Amino acid sequence: MTKTKSDASARAVPDRVEAAALLRHMLRVRVLDERMLKLQRAGRVGFVGTAKGLEAALIGSAYALRPKDWLWSGLREGGAAVMRGLPLSEYIAQMYCNSNDTAKGRQMCNHFQHKGSNYPSWSSVIGTQIPHGVGAAFAAKQRGLDEVHAIYFGDGATSSNGFHSGLNCAGVWQVPCYFVCVDNGWAISVCSRNQTAAESFADKAVAYGMPGREVDGNDVLACLEAAREAHELARRGQPSLLVLKTYRMLGHSSSDDPTKYRDEAEVLAWAAKDPLDRFEARLLADGILAQGERARIEAELTAEIDAEIHVQEAAPKMALKTLVEDVYADVPLHLRRQYNRFIAVAERLGHATPGDGAFPL
Amino acid sequence: MANLTLIQAVNDGLKTAMRADPSVLVFGEDVGPKGGVFLATEGLTKEFGAGRCFDTPLSEDGIVGAAIGMAVNGLRPVCEIQFQDFIFPAFDQIVSEAAKLRYRSGGQYTAPMVIRTPYGGGIRGGLYHSQSGEAYFCHTPGLKVVIPSTPYDAKGLLLASIADPDPVLFLEPKALYRTVKGEVPEGQYTVDLSTLRTAREGKSVTVFCYGAMVPVCLKAADQAAEKGIECLVVDLRTLLPLDEEGVLEAAKQTGRVVVVHEAPRFCGFGGEISAIIAENAIEYMEAPIARVTGFDTPFPNTLEHHYMPDDRRVLDAIEHVWNY
Ligand SMILES: Cc1ncc(C[n+]2csc(CCOP(=O)(O)OP(=O)(O)O)c2C)c(N)n1
Ligand SMILES: [Mg+2]
Repeated sequence: MTKTKSDASARAVPDRVEAAALLRHMLRVRVLDERMLKLQRAGRVGFVGTAKGLEAALIGSAYALRPKDWLWSGLREGGAAVMRGLPLSEYIAQMYCNSNDTAKGRQMCNHFQHKGSNYPSWSSVIGTQIPHGVGAAFAAKQRGLDEVHAIYFGDGATSSNGFHSGLNCAGVWQVPCYFVCVDNGWAISVCSRNQTAAESFADKAVAYGMPGREVDGNDVLACLEAAREAHELARRGQPSLLVLKTYRMLGHSSSDDPTKYRDEAEVLAWAAKDPLDRFEARLLADGILAQGERARIEAELTAEIDAEIHVQEAAPKMALKTLVEDVYADVPLHLRRQYNRFIAVAERLGHATPGDGAFPL
Repeated sequence: MANLTLIQAVNDGLKTAMRADPSVLVFGEDVGPKGGVFLATEGLTKEFGAGRCFDTPLSEDGIVGAAIGMAVNGLRPVCEIQFQDFIFPAFDQIVSEAAKLRYRSGGQYTAPMVIRTPYGGGIRGGLYHSQSGEAYFCHTPGLKVVIPSTPYDAKGLLLASIADPDPVLFLEPKALYRTVKGEVPEGQYTVDLSTLRTAREGKSVTVFCYGAMVPVCLKAADQAAEKGIECLVVDLRTLLPLDEEGVLEAAKQTGRVVVVHEAPRFCGFGGEISAIIAENAIEYMEAPIARVTGFDTPFPNTLEHHYMPDDRRVLDAIEHVWNY
């Protein structure tokens, strides 16, 4: 088993349609983040964990998946979910945690899900999704399904119990999955070299008996190419680990001030390697993109997103019954009782609306 | 005396302990240069160096497991779990190891250590940044479980926890980090780890609470007072070991009891308080004991203000036991 490093951005001129699609998806990630940050500052959404700087890593790698494949996500893969079918309306409803959110406003922001494109949400607990993806890949193998499970997580997550258990089991079981470690340099304020003494996170693959590969995560075509290879291996039952080396350009989240723990010079050095500028320059050089087209696409995406924000601003009130639903398949008697006692007080105080009424006991 | 917020009092407590004893060290995720996500450890790396306050890899299991080893071998670790919701990867180390080491070694090996962690709701953190897991840990003999609700107690209880010969889980109500302020003495002092605190005197109804529910209950008590119901509000502050005598005395004073916590009701700490009163003071009770708690559901996000007991729900229970 080998651990290889590559910065093999395919030198050939990329496919025109594919390149245009990749650029658009990457731009959407950035525009969405910008809009969400604006909403956060305006107090409309509570929290934003952006993917600024990670657009190539997320979009390039996830582009290798087929619709029937699964993506097991962490905090920052929402843009990849949109590319794979999560409607913008649901993305924004989730950020608002409003009544249109398919998870009924129960998760904090940036915890997207989309059943239609096989994208379960992560919990928040770092690394727990890793063995889940492995088990789901086991199920695919057992049931004879032609499915690949791509399991995403950050550099910090490589220290979690889930990372070890997940990679170890996958290696032993030889199930159709691959692991994508988005090494964005930081786990909140802990830099990657304080996360591991290994030279690269890809080294860890060796110990689990699988190939490991480190890729330039700011090169969208390199990410796509590497993911296609991992996907092909997974289909043959060989798990592998991809490490996409990139950089988190902003704070960990809207509540973090990164100037307290990192050097501005480092941020500037990575800004010069911006994945969008790089891809745009390449497409301009290859004659695939015309001058000014990026701005036009951005304006289009912004209009699309803003229209959806407008809709989500008008979402109806969250039904109080969602407090006790979905804990079990049915709302059990003890929860119906708790709710009824609560609603009696709420009704007296005028906090309930007609639909919030009591459950039959 | 300085007028500090609860988080500043924690920070002051850590500094006081580290100045007094070079074997005290602080570690966890993001506690170093960032100073912790809530700034509890701000300035510690600067004052004491990266050898005594440092960031760890993202491994709660590693943090607590290593703290046990450090404690066994002569250090006084005060580790941080960033949110109580993320303590479960370390559950095994806490429950199977730290809590049982003294017992299983016949007292030969011990783990004097503190695990600090913010708990509770009220910051729109959803179900993984809001939980109150105290009951899991109170069910673990060998541990001590402490929850301050005032800046004075936060520092005094923290210093007592660090000095304690046994492992202490120190749960900090994050909703109060910056919303309560109070006088905090400079330097060393301790608050005893098994005495409750009377937060308000009253003769009509006894309200037991702790952590972020203390200000909620005091607010409800103010409203009750306007209706002529005087509440005795008790801040338990150390759940394990519990001040049982103090609980019984407070219950007997009024014969009417309300217990409040934000954790789910079933098998929650309120059940223990109720049982102790039922076993030892049932003849003093003028009304059934009432519990005001979170629902028996995971912690919500958008509807968190309905999930968490508020002054209106507490007042409702106070009136109920008073009018019974
Ligand atoms: C088990 C656990 N411990 C701590 C946290 C708090 N936390 C949230 S994100 C994070 C850092 C994650 O870093 P990384 O895995 O590199 O992902 P990134 O945020 O950089 O995408 C931490 C420590 C958590 N969510 N879960
Ligand atoms: Mg990271």
